[in-house]
Amino acid sequence: MVERFASRIPTVGGIFIQMEDELAASITIQGAVWGGAKAFTVTSGPGFSLMMEHIGYAAMTETPCVFVNVQRGGPSTGLPTLPAQADMMQARWGSHGDYGIIALCPNSPQECFDLTITAFNLSEEFRVPVMMMLDECVGHMTEKVVIPEAEKIAVTPRRYTTQPPEEFRAFEPKGDMVPDMVKAGDGYRFHVTGLTHDERGYPSMNVETQDRLVRRLLDKLKPLANGRALCETEGLDDADVVVVSYGITSRVAQRALQMARQRGIRAGKFRLISAWPFPAERIRELAGRVKAFVVPEINLGQMVYEVERAAAGKAKVIPVSHAGGTVHKPEAILKAIVEAAQ
Amino acid sequence: MNEATLEIPYEIPEGARNPVEPFLRMDRMPHIWCAGCGIGTTVNCFTRALLDSKANLDKVAIVSGIGCTGRVAGYARLDSFHTTHGRAIPFATGLKLANPELQVVVYSGDGDLFAIGGNHFIHAARRNMDLKVICVNNMIYAMTGGQTAPTTPATAITATSPYGVSEPTFNLVALAEAAGASYVARWTTYHVKQLARSMEEVLKKKGFCFIEVISPCPTLYQRRNKMGDGLDAMKDYKAKSKVRNGAPTGECTLSKTGEIVVGKFVDRERPDYLELLKAQMIESLGDRYVEPEEACCSEC
Amino acid sequence: MAKGFVAITAERCKGCGFCVEFCPTRVLALSSAFNSKGYHPPHIVSAEKCSGCDLCGMYCPDFAIFGGRYAR
Repeated sequence: MVERFASRIPTVGGIFIQMEDELAASITIQGAVWGGAKAFTVTSGPGFSLMMEHIGYAAMTETPCVFVNVQRGGPSTGLPTLPAQADMMQARWGSHGDYGIIALCPNSPQECFDLTITAFNLSEEFRVPVMMMLDECVGHMTEKVVIPEAEKIAVTPRRYTTQPPEEFRAFEPKGDMVPDMVKAGDGYRFHVTGLTHDERGYPSMNVETQDRLVRRLLDKLKPLANGRALCETEGLDDADVVVVSYGITSRVAQRALQMARQRGIRAGKFRLISAWPFPAERIRELAGRVKAFVVPEINLGQMVYEVERAAAGKAKVIPVSHAGGTVHKPEAILKAIVEAAQ
Repeated sequence: MNEATLEIPYEIPEGARNPVEPFLRMDRMPHIWCAGCGIGTTVNCFTRALLDSKANLDKVAIVSGIGCTGRVAGYARLDSFHTTHGRAIPFATGLKLANPELQVVVYSGDGDLFAIGGNHFIHAARRNMDLKVICVNNMIYAMTGGQTAPTTPATAITATSPYGVSEPTFNLVALAEAAGASYVARWTTYHVKQLARSMEEVLKKKGFCFIEVISPCPTLYQRRNKMGDGLDAMKDYKAKSKVRNGAPTGECTLSKTGEIVVGKFVDRERPDYLELLKAQMIESLGDRYVEPEEACCSEC
Repeated sequence: MAKGFVAITAERCKGCGFCVEFCPTRVLALSSAFNSKGYHPPHIVSAEKCSGCDLCGMYCPDFAIFGGRYAR
């Protein structure tokens, strides 16, 4: 991704800079955003751990930017160039404190293209860091990709304030709980800080400001947790068992679902595309009418806890875990489906 | 307050105003700095430099890290960014690349810029990124309670070196020169005129510029080392500093009680990051190279 | 008559004494009075000597004093 970007971007009027480390990269993009650019950074494994502080900074300062993480086996240096999906919880909770982010999980090169556009658009709309949570398989996959004409791509422009500087308050939320943006050099003389701040953007160390600000950082993402959650479903109408999966695992699960249907098991598909905010409403609603959820993922149990939480005991939740290095065998997922259907 | 004692024996001309005020967010005063701290003094010099350089203040951005000096961005009435610990320079790098017409000033402390942020400092200097880095060196991590910094002189007592610092210190000006900075100077808070002039010079100079300002920290550094208050430090600077413009930076190491060599040490011309980038891209890509667009306007 | 003047915002002062020490014409001294934070701000002892150089303003870390020259 980086190599392609480095070769292409000088021909389309952008800048690629290879920073000294991931800490630098993850904050350089934010400087670029406040200078008026759209910006993203790419990493894998330990590099994602190094970026955590600045994911928190982006959340706190409501800086729209995109982080791409091609997940590999961990912990630590782990399994470079081999797949895993074990950073899902880190993506959501890795920086300290309470905050919200968006995470998208493509399962094909085409979706890598399409969802990167979505990621930038959502980051502008909600002013949050958006994680593109690939895994090594999707990251290295070669498939046909249809690139639409540039003018047919919907791009969410940055919502700059139209207020004059003397009236503008940099962190005053609008109707959608998101403040308008501003950029350096336009005469607004605004202040941005990672400290708890009031609507002017000034540090304000008190309980009320903290509660008002941090609650809003989470609440502004609610539309995406509910009605606007991105997911792909199939065969849910009559399903007894629902397989909840994402990324490369969803492609293995697809095979397992076919095999289950061939055996007469009413199995349905629920593929998470926006994994965070977690679409709890949708799972909760399904839990009332299915027997069980099967949750295969290349980790020892991460998103399965979210499914369990949303199912709230109304349906069984069966993890199919794998510590990473390769993908599941469809049979392993099928076995869990068969058990769940009984 | 006994007003009679403080009565000013003449009239202040109408409209007279502290020249620092237009540059500050006066609604945030008083600031958090201790009595006798020198950071406010450096801010005075910076504002005089902005004034004298006739910079368009709407195009000056200030970026700070974390710490006592890290609070400068919060008080400056400019586009101002209070970033994370040690990362002011990479943030400033992004800001500059996205909007090259901005004059980007990094204003932070010694702990922030040279311990946690040391890596970024040397790389930005190596790239000759067009940033003006002002480091207020109080020789300690002050905001967090006076822990040892890479700049704390040997034998000094700190919260984390109760028996005295045993490590050698960084010589910041030598580090900056070796890493490639275009401009390197050191002053103390006693040298207000010279400091303001240096700041004005870097505001007019392209490339990576570095000014170290030695500044008192009566509360966390001097108290534990029985070095008196802020004024004692200032008198000490006056007595011990020696102006040696152009001195080899390798000879300018600071110690707890020794001479303080001050002056402008380096002022050289090197192409900056964006110039080098452009030249290389034109060399390799020719007509296919598209120069980075100016930051998008709100209409697009 | 003095060439210049100094203006003091006593409430901002933290009594560091920089302005008193470094005034080239010794216009100032620390007062025995207290401001509301308990610091002794400077007061003017030799108004006629003020050149309005504003060195006090450049030194003051608390933005509490500045000097200026009278218009001629």
